[in-house]
Amino acid sequence: MNKRTREPLFHVVKRAALPWYATWGIRGGALLAALIVCGVITSLVTGENPLQVFAAIWKGSFGTVRKLWVLLQNIAMLLCVSLAVTPAFRMRCWNLGGEGQALAGALAAAACMICLRDKLPNGLIILLMIVTSILAGALWAGIPAFFKARFNTNETLFTLMMNYVATQLVAYYCVVWESPKGSGNIGVINPNTQIGWFPQIGSYKYLLNIIIVAVVCLAMYVYLNYSKHGYELAVVGESERTARYVGIKVDRVIIRTMLLSGAICGLAGLLLVGSTHHTLTPTIVEGRGFTAVMVSWLAKFNPIWMILTSFLLVFLGRGASEIATKFALNSSFGDILTGIILFFIIGSEFFINYQLKFRSKAGKEDK
Amino acid sequence: MFDVISFIPRAVVQGIPLLLGSTGETLTEKSGNLNLGIPGIMYVGAISGVIGSFFYEQSTASGGFNPFTGILIPFVCCLIGSLLMGLLYCFLTVTLRANQNVTGLALTTFGVGFGNFFGGSLIKLSGSELPSIILSSTSYAFRSSLPVAEKLGVFGKLFLSYGFLAYLAVVIALVASYILKRTRLGLHLRAVGESPNTADAAGINVARHKYMATCIGAMIAGLGGLYYVMDYASGVWSNNAFGDRGWLAIALVIFTVWRPNIGVLASFLFGGLYIVHMYIPSGMNLAVKELYKMAPYVVTIIVLVLTSMRNKRENQPPASLGLPYFREER
Repeated sequence: MNKRTREPLFHVVKRAALPWYATWGIRGGALLAALIVCGVITSLVTGENPLQVFAAIWKGSFGTVRKLWVLLQNIAMLLCVSLAVTPAFRMRCWNLGGEGQALAGALAAAACMICLRDKLPNGLIILLMIVTSILAGALWAGIPAFFKARFNTNETLFTLMMNYVATQLVAYYCVVWESPKGSGNIGVINPNTQIGWFPQIGSYKYLLNIIIVAVVCLAMYVYLNYSKHGYELAVVGESERTARYVGIKVDRVIIRTMLLSGAICGLAGLLLVGSTHHTLTPTIVEGRGFTAVMVSWLAKFNPIWMILTSFLLVFLGRGASEIATKFALNSSFGDILTGIILFFIIGSEFFINYQLKFRSKAGKEDK
Repeated sequence: MFDVISFIPRAVVQGIPLLLGSTGETLTEKSGNLNLGIPGIMYVGAISGVIGSFFYEQSTASGGFNPFTGILIPFVCCLIGSLLMGLLYCFLTVTLRANQNVTGLALTTFGVGFGNFFGGSLIKLSGSELPSIILSSTSYAFRSSLPVAEKLGVFGKLFLSYGFLAYLAVVIALVASYILKRTRLGLHLRAVGESPNTADAAGINVARHKYMATCIGAMIAGLGGLYYVMDYASGVWSNNAFGDRGWLAIALVIFTVWRPNIGVLASFLFGGLYIVHMYIPSGMNLAVKELYKMAPYVVTIIVLVLTSMRNKRENQPPASLGLPYFREER
């Protein structure tokens, strides 16, 4: 890394806490640098003026009223899954199973819509959908949590595997409930009777989702920062031994937090099926369980900042797909751009947490 | 009813990409890096090889295709591509001490996007009607097996009918296992993964070992992607065809309790589980096939739970897996 002199050119020390404007300044700088790199790459690939590329990104999200609503809806869904995984992350319990937990919730909701449609009144079905999908999500997180608390099973790997079990389970039911027969997918459930569809507020299809997620976001902020539970899980995350010493029942906190995490993921699945798509596919969650990890981490597990980070990721994703269609590129181009931006932001965290100390009065410290 | 003789070779070719991926990931995890970017790295390895051989095949379209160069170019391209991904991961997690889960997931997003984007561009470039690239002569070179294989009947079919990369994969796994368990280098590597503080105090260069293990691991995993395209898929690249095999490779690491030599047989088992739904007669009930595809993951979960319940010390994940190391931190 550096030349073997008697004293290295620089060494790394941990920084004391930076004021919030400095941390967000560094992140903003990283984002700007990432956007410049992305612009350069895009113009190299397409031969267009970079400014036009950025205009296209902007138009992808804010071009029309419809696009704006889609943007808000996507932010709400991503935020919902991110909020779900956050309490577990604060506890340093890496719940990478948001995808599977949301799918479990979606499956439960769809099951209620399909199996009970001729048997119960609509209001009761919606109530059952809410209860079962939240329970299903909680169950999907509760299984790894139980083994984590009881036997200290690695929860990162366990929840990761549970994603694919859920995917295959949904794929199985997609064939079982297929309509029309032989198509291999479910299609819109109850298109005529609209049983199990959540009510629309006015003419805004997505408004209900957005309101629900906003409420969850606020509730999560209060829960994490001002409740006893939130404090307990933070202590468990910082040091399990301290937690045990002060009399916190670590096993119970782990299971309780993971159940909460899964329950909110189940809610996300419920909203996707009941209120947005009215169908079920194995890819209905669209990888949000994984994107949520990044959203939550970028916001330093703070629910309010997460609104911003989920906006950022959704905005970039939609902008990149707009570029792809406008300049006739493959739609995967968006993933490349998102990846580059994430690398920059991930790298910038280093400069927030650490600083470089140069050998005796070196003057060009620019961090 | 159940055709074992045709099932086993197919399970093996399914298993080889998983074996390479999991050997690479085991090396990486032994150094304490949980690289969730393996699926992305395997994509990048595959597409780098495809890009290399695509241009070589184009340049020799009029004739003069040399099988040896035809193998060498994609092989080297694949190694370089996956090495760069490994370096990127190391730079972010080891030098900049970023969170490994987040970096890995970002690497997977990037790698899969990279693969599909350049795959799509090459498809457009080749002007083909089909949504795929076909590299038949390169694939033929990769797939060529010993000529005696055909003559030896069942034995030849079971043991000698594969391309050279399959044997290379087994050799790599056995060598990796030997190095990890029996050499000083392996001991140092395991020390870094178990307790970087102790290793550092003993004079082992933690950062260098992490870089080395992760980059070599990434290159091995990249070869898994190359094997998939060139051998298993007969040189046909189509977007997203690789599927979730990268995650399955990570599952395999747990299943083998971090031992590449067990991985040789376990990967064939996983390969078999992956395709067993095609061999089990389920009649008209297509739905059950989806449940069979669940098998590898369920088996992995069971192994994960059982090893943690038995709590034998040699079967545990490396103790500092997933944690960045900073010397001045206690």
